[in-house]
Amino acid sequence: MSRQVLLVGTRKGAWKIESDATRSQWQIKGPMHLGAVVSHYVADPRRPGVELMSVGSGHLGPSVFVSKDYGETWTEASQPPAFSPEPNGSHRSVDHVFWLTPGHVCEPDVWYGGTSPQGLFRSRDGGNTWKEVLGFNHHPDFLQWRGGDKDGTPDGPKLHSIIVDHSDKAHLLVGMSGGGIFESFDEGRSWTPLNSGVAMDFYPPKEDGTEYEFGHDPHCLVMHPVQANRLYHQNHCGLYAMDRAQGKRWSRIGDNLPKEVGDIGFPIVVHPRDPERIWVFPMDGSGQWPRTSPGGKPAVFHSRDGGASFERQANGFPAQQAWWTVKRQCMALDQEPSVGIYLGTSNGQLWGSSDEGASWHGIAMDLPQIYSVEVGALP
Amino acid sequence: MIRVFLPSQLDDYTQGEREQHFELLPPAGGSLTLKEVIEALESRFRGLAFRVVDEHGNIRRHIAMFVGETMVRELSAPVNPDSRVQIVGALSGG
Repeated sequence: MSRQVLLVGTRKGAWKIESDATRSQWQIKGPMHLGAVVSHYVADPRRPGVELMSVGSGHLGPSVFVSKDYGETWTEASQPPAFSPEPNGSHRSVDHVFWLTPGHVCEPDVWYGGTSPQGLFRSRDGGNTWKEVLGFNHHPDFLQWRGGDKDGTPDGPKLHSIIVDHSDKAHLLVGMSGGGIFESFDEGRSWTPLNSGVAMDFYPPKEDGTEYEFGHDPHCLVMHPVQANRLYHQNHCGLYAMDRAQGKRWSRIGDNLPKEVGDIGFPIVVHPRDPERIWVFPMDGSGQWPRTSPGGKPAVFHSRDGGASFERQANGFPAQQAWWTVKRQCMALDQEPSVGIYLGTSNGQLWGSSDEGASWHGIAMDLPQIYSVEVGALP
Repeated sequence: MIRVFLPSQLDDYTQGEREQHFELLPPAGGSLTLKEVIEALESRFRGLAFRVVDEHGNIRRHIAMFVGETMVRELSAPVNPDSRVQIVGALSGG
């Protein structure tokens, strides 16, 4: 086993939390950017020591900061993501950078960013300057995809889950809440929806009985890091899987979760080596959508068979009256033989499991509301 | 001399300096506006402008700017060579 470091972004700044070799003792380091809204804090797997952080504020505009020394010092992007006027005359402005994804391993200076409101950006210089992916942001159908400015959620509509296919740097996928899942096979110049089979309960059924092609609300999308054909996504309307070898249609594996729990949630993670194994954290999506642990009983659900069945994993979590939930980029895995799982909660708790979810222990209990958890790298 | 008063939210850019002074001249063929004041701040503190003004030149939603005691919402607001300008992070809502 080896030591781990977690990169934690919160509503009030960012922290690093380092373990010993057993992953049982943890040391909290920080804060960084105290008071700033950190939507995503990500290490670069291609360049040791490089980390990027989305930094916003209740007052100030959005920015991105770059570190090249494992977070010891930070430099602000000289040109943060910003919208140009759209062909339809819309003049949107970036409220915050919500998502950061490193580019393909063969392009070590490329990063992708997703914003609120929805927009896709790319940096080709390690995060210093950002430009719009115009094939997406200025696509003729983009306004239909994302909906109007009144269609966003109270916290703002998001572009998230930017995926660069490890086997093909030109193959990109993104999720938009709302808008749906879209993919490109030419590095972002052209895009097609990838939402077949996904429910859209919040819209009236189409009179001709066909499915909506876009307008869905994916919450989190993952591609298996080895078998790129295997995709999973947690949606506003259920939990889905797709095996590209079987076609381009999602199947609702969430039907196999307990009915009293439901299959609504935000995060989903997939085992680094076994594409059949996933973990989700369901939330209460009934009634007024409280977005809490169902019944106040937080639990992770784990599937070992691609979603055909699930087991409840809650040993160590509060047994009752715990009303927190886990946001979409707040669940992460390490690469150890016995995979470590980490999740950050809406009430500032960081939980970990060193036995693949069989038991959970508190790592940090008093952080601000957690917005992102990623596994980083140590010097 | 234009005196500019800055909020604590911008301390990271100004190293905690809350007051700045500028001697600004009107642009050729025009008159001095708040836009030139923001540009002067940006030239002194790189990155500051985008945190208070968006990509389309609009003052950000939770930022207020005053020229004298008048709150202004546009960077085209006129400024005199001896104006007092204050940038404020909105306080309402706790």
